[in-house]
Amino acid sequence: MGTKTIVEEGIDVLVVGAGLGGTGAAWEARFWGQKKKIVIAEKANIDRSGAVAQGLYAINCYMGTRWGENNPEDHVQYARIDLMGLVREDLLFDMARHVDSTVHQFEEWGLPIMKDPKTGRYLREGRWQIMIHGESYKPIVAEAAKKSADKVFNRICVTHLLMDESKPNRVAGAVGFNVRTGNYHVFKSKAVICGAGGASNIFKPRSTGEGAGRTWYAPWSSASAYGLMINAGAKMTQMENRIVLARFKDGYGPVGAYFLHLKTYTQNALGEEYESKWFPALQKMVGKEYLDPEVSHLTHRPIPTCLRNHCIIQEVAAGRGPIHMVTMHAFQDPHLEEVGWENFLGMTVGQAVLWAATDVDPKNENPELTTSEPYVMGSHATCSGAWCSGPEDVSPPEYFWGYNRMTTIEGLFGAGDAVGGTPHAFSSGSFTEGRLAAKAACKYIDDGKAEGIVVSAAQIERRRKEIYKPLEHYRIYRNAVVAGSVNPHYINPQQGLDRLQKLMDEYCGGYTVGYMTNEKLLNICLKKLKIMEEDLESVAAKDLHELLRAWELKHRHRAAECVTQHTLFRKETRWPGYYYRGDVMKVDDENWHVLTVSRRDPETGEYTMEKAPCYHLVADTEVTEPKAEARVEHH
Amino acid sequence: MPTFVYMTRCDGCGHCVDICPSDIMHIDETYRRAYNIEPNMCWECYSCVKACPQHAIDVRGYADFAPLGHSVRVDRDEQKGTIAWRIKFRDGTEKNFLSPITTKPWGTAIPKLAEVPAPSNEQRDSQLLYNEPKWIRMDDGALRTLKDAGLKLKKGVYY
Ligand SMILES: Cc1cc2nc3c(=O)[nH]c(=O)nc-3n(C[C@H](O)[C@H](O)[C@H](O)COP(=O)(O)OP(=O)(O)OC[C@H]3O[C@@H](n4cnc5c(N)ncnc54)[C@H](O)[C@@H]3O)c2cc1C
Ligand code: SF4
Ligand code: SF4
Repeated sequence: MGTKTIVEEGIDVLVVGAGLGGTGAAWEARFWGQKKKIVIAEKANIDRSGAVAQGLYAINCYMGTRWGENNPEDHVQYARIDLMGLVREDLLFDMARHVDSTVHQFEEWGLPIMKDPKTGRYLREGRWQIMIHGESYKPIVAEAAKKSADKVFNRICVTHLLMDESKPNRVAGAVGFNVRTGNYHVFKSKAVICGAGGASNIFKPRSTGEGAGRTWYAPWSSASAYGLMINAGAKMTQMENRIVLARFKDGYGPVGAYFLHLKTYTQNALGEEYESKWFPALQKMVGKEYLDPEVSHLTHRPIPTCLRNHCIIQEVAAGRGPIHMVTMHAFQDPHLEEVGWENFLGMTVGQAVLWAATDVDPKNENPELTTSEPYVMGSHATCSGAWCSGPEDVSPPEYFWGYNRMTTIEGLFGAGDAVGGTPHAFSSGSFTEGRLAAKAACKYIDDGKAEGIVVSAAQIERRRKEIYKPLEHYRIYRNAVVAGSVNPHYINPQQGLDRLQKLMDEYCGGYTVGYMTNEKLLNICLKKLKIMEEDLESVAAKDLHELLRAWELKHRHRAAECVTQHTLFRKETRWPGYYYRGDVMKVDDENWHVLTVSRRDPETGEYTMEKAPCYHLVADTEVTEPKAEARVEHH
Repeated sequence: MPTFVYMTRCDGCGHCVDICPSDIMHIDETYRRAYNIEPNMCWECYSCVKACPQHAIDVRGYADFAPLGHSVRVDRDEQKGTIAWRIKFRDGTEKNFLSPITTKPWGTAIPKLAEVPAPSNEQRDSQLLYNEPKWIRMDDGALRTLKDAGLKLKKGVYY
């Protein structure tokens, strides 16, 4: 193969994936490591890569401490109830106490943040969200990252982390290939910050054919953060906590601003309020700690996102679908109508395209809602990701091993979707986590922890062979058949993706089975995933673009396996509405008020599962009352 | 086919190829113009549409649920700092929207951290990030600790 090998040596901080987490990391690393070599390796072009490629219309995590709106501990309480009690409260507290400085910085950089003309404060759409004109959110944070980094390598698909050969369990960089030139890139680095994003397309999407790309989380969110870290042997947490979203049908347009700012509400096909009807039965399943509508009403304690989904799923199953969002009242106000449309144009243009195509004007017609296929990510109303150390002044011993946001692999840090246990970080929180990881990574290097790293030529060569194998496989076998894509020796990446999605959907609780699974199904799932792993050795790529898809598929497959292992381990239905274990329907606090942690042995492929204690912030008095201007949360 | 390229407008400059996060805008070797090689991996994110200097790229909604006859056009102007949208419904209704995309001229407002004074050892040993605590409250408020808040972490307690 005529590809060059390009080795970048002497890197101090390598940022893998520069979305919101990665750009935050690259930016902040320069301050703490003024003389350090900071390098970004990104699969796309950082100006428009990641989940925020098309922009956002809100920053979903802002405390407003300077206006006395919320304190970090209020946010911890909110995220914990939303995730049915199970989060890393140390990491959440830490993110929340820094996030305002990130947002203030964004405003300084030119991000248009809307203001309330009466108070002069940022215009809120809910207790935690502030509204922005965020079409250029990603180009703005990319500029910050570019100003800090020594070099930005765009179009590098990172496939593996490099491991140090002088000390077990220490990272030493990463390798990948250039999607344009095909060159093999080797990044030797003292510390690595992984910000390669969450996972769409692991489960079968609700749309088919051409429309398969219209998923809620970007189709290029390929689970790489998880694939890279799991393969290297990092411990993962809460991987069973996949998220299902209630969104506008087919376009997957977000509903947050509609509920919160436009004050829209939902009803069933008969025009009735349906949600509260499901609460009594649901309360029996999850317990009063997690669902108490009276307390929620009195204290504005939110009803967890997953439980709201549960009501939609049940109502539709009972034959009273579709669920409609009542927009017709709000949209009579021209200002609110404008907000409603610009909300999509700034972050989910596809929803506007769909309404234009189907002549749905929400002013004259109430649009349909639906629940999405599941996604795996760590920064939305969900918290899958790596098991990371917390900050030294907050974390208990089980959560602390020296460097903030460092995974269980030395020198490997996480940010954004990559970090487990930190839901409701969203864009601003992901950027903040990148900043925290960068400071800790610089300290790790300054403390001399990364000295004497050894990467042998053999390791580099072994990875090179592995990376390009799909191209080689195609070259050897394509002439075994006359033409076409049906070949007895290989499958192409799309065929592989179809298989992964089908089996995850049917056995691990996708939308076609009503998000339902059980022990028997999960065991079949694991067996099929194992066989699929063998077939992935025979995936074939006809060009560099397909080579990219092949590696995305391998990362997705690995993340899917980890999700299945976790779902099997947690013998309860902790998040009804995200998924159900049909064989253990009730929330079982006695045995499962714990975090789940896994580790895959890189040599044998075996998983070890464990329970980790769940620590809560205990206040002398409960602080669930919302502060000034704060309203009820609703997704 | 979510995005498509008008043959007569494209000059093959490659801006769309450079920007597409999904790596699906490619230059056709025969025509030397761009096209979408994998519509089922297109998010309709409009990154390529906004980047095309010739306005040669357009979007047609997904065939499996969007009927023909609509359009959503965009014009992003970095000089003016605005983005303009024109939505045309299938029935001919039109809606127009204009939003700001930045409040500062591009490239001017973000400092180079290599040029700011280096952090002190005290800062390094603290929990503070760049410009903190000043930037958290934009006054002298300090960084929140558990102690300030009268909180501690306790194992497995319910609420
Ligand atoms: C439709 C939608 C609406 C949302 N709405 C809001 C909102 O209103 N407010 C809000 O605050 N948040 C919102 N979010 C959530 C927010 O976008 C995420 O929380 C945040 O972007 C996560 O940051 P991240 O850095 O972990 O991942 P990303 O920003 O997705 O970044 C991951 C990066 O890694 C790169 N990458 C992936 N694989 C590789 C690889 N193998 N090699 C190299 N690079 C790789 C990707 O190209 C990408 O640049 C929304 C998300 C979506 C999709
Ligand atoms: S950016 Fe526009 S003109 Fe340039 S190659 Fe793409 S479609 Fe053609
Ligand atoms: S709309 Fe987005 S995903 Fe689709 S081709 Fe353009 S840049 Fe790529």
